[in-house]
Amino acid sequence: MTTSRIPQLLRQHQAALLDAWVKAQQAALTLRRDLLSDADLRIQSSDFLRSLTEACQSGDLGDIQGPAWAEVREFLSGVSGSRASQGFSPAETATFVFSLKQPLFSLLRREVAEPAALVEETWTATVLLDNLGLHTVDAFQKSRESIITRQQQELLELSTPVVQLWTGVLALPLIGTLDSARTHVVMESLLQAIVDTGASLAIIDITGVPTVDTLVAQHLMKAVAAARLMGAECVISGIRPQIAQTIVHLGVEMGSVLTKAKLSDALALAFQRLGLAVAKAPGRA
Amino acid sequence: MEQTPILKVGPFLLVTIQVDMHDRLVQRLQTDLAERITATGARGVLIDISGLDIVDSFIGRMFGDIAAQARILDAETVVVGMRPAVAITLVELGVRLQGVRTALNVEKGMDLLQAAVAGEEERVGGSPD
Repeated sequence: MTTSRIPQLLRQHQAALLDAWVKAQQAALTLRRDLLSDADLRIQSSDFLRSLTEACQSGDLGDIQGPAWAEVREFLSGVSGSRASQGFSPAETATFVFSLKQPLFSLLRREVAEPAALVEETWTATVLLDNLGLHTVDAFQKSRESIITRQQQELLELSTPVVQLWTGVLALPLIGTLDSARTHVVMESLLQAIVDTGASLAIIDITGVPTVDTLVAQHLMKAVAAARLMGAECVISGIRPQIAQTIVHLGVEMGSVLTKAKLSDALALAFQRLGLAVAKAPGRA
Repeated sequence: MEQTPILKVGPFLLVTIQVDMHDRLVQRLQTDLAERITATGARGVLIDISGLDIVDSFIGRMFGDIAAQARILDAETVVVGMRPAVAITLVELGVRLQGVRTALNVEKGMDLLQAAVAGEEERVGGSPD
């Protein structure tokens, strides 16, 4: 490895190599012109080529995990991260590195005369670029996963608000499918809100729950039972016709839980329980 | 032997649980309550469990038993002040306390008892004699 001419060639022909590489990338079918402009592509490519050249001068070409390659790795992670959030596919992102192979090999073919050395250099370059490409895919995957995790967290927080409709009346508009983890969060925030507001009636609105199967119904029953133990009554509202049909079809036992078709019906019931009446103001349309 | 104090407030009995319950304490409470209901002719029992941190299935079941026993002696039972964590635990344990009235705090529990007793008297008074 010590006799490899790649570092020296990279430094000497950096400008020519960059031109060839950018041209190759622009010709590739996987380039997303809608997401990345030619100018940005050129900047990214030249930055990468510069840090690659520097790393080659000081580092071992066979091991990209070494400290000399830290800058290259960081740069690739950055490119992967930004492309992941822009909506590139893994293949499109990896092509960024792999498309350097062809111009680099042509350069080697021109500059290295004896066949044995050429094979040796080509092999070194292949291993190096493969490793960098794999690192890119790895980083891409990681940033995608972190995006997914963050979105899951945001969904969980978004979808469990407890709102006070009236003094002593809480509403819990549920959006999305109920699983055990979410039921737990929902139940805890509901019970805590009951303690905080001293509400005696809680309306669980399931308009936004796409399907109600036996498991979801069981989770709902648990929340209702827990609220009842604390001294608050629960009304389930927002049951769409199809869901009512499904519940009956599945033979789900809703027990003695009060159910209403719409949230407004449940609110009317709450007013009735509180002894309130809504009246039209006289003299208004 | 330690026991839970039972206070008489008007026509009702008030039990405030301040310490974590263990099995014998709950059993003692059940016996004491039965005696006190008989002795005082109380119409309602209010059990405040706002100080209770930990429950198990036995204690959960005993609340049901206490309520059933009071019912036989013609007294309503209201359990008040259950903490969210305790409620979740009981539900997970499958203890639903069917037939036990619940309220958020002592004040609301008292209102509930008064309404229940008044409703009953009205029903009894309204029947033809």
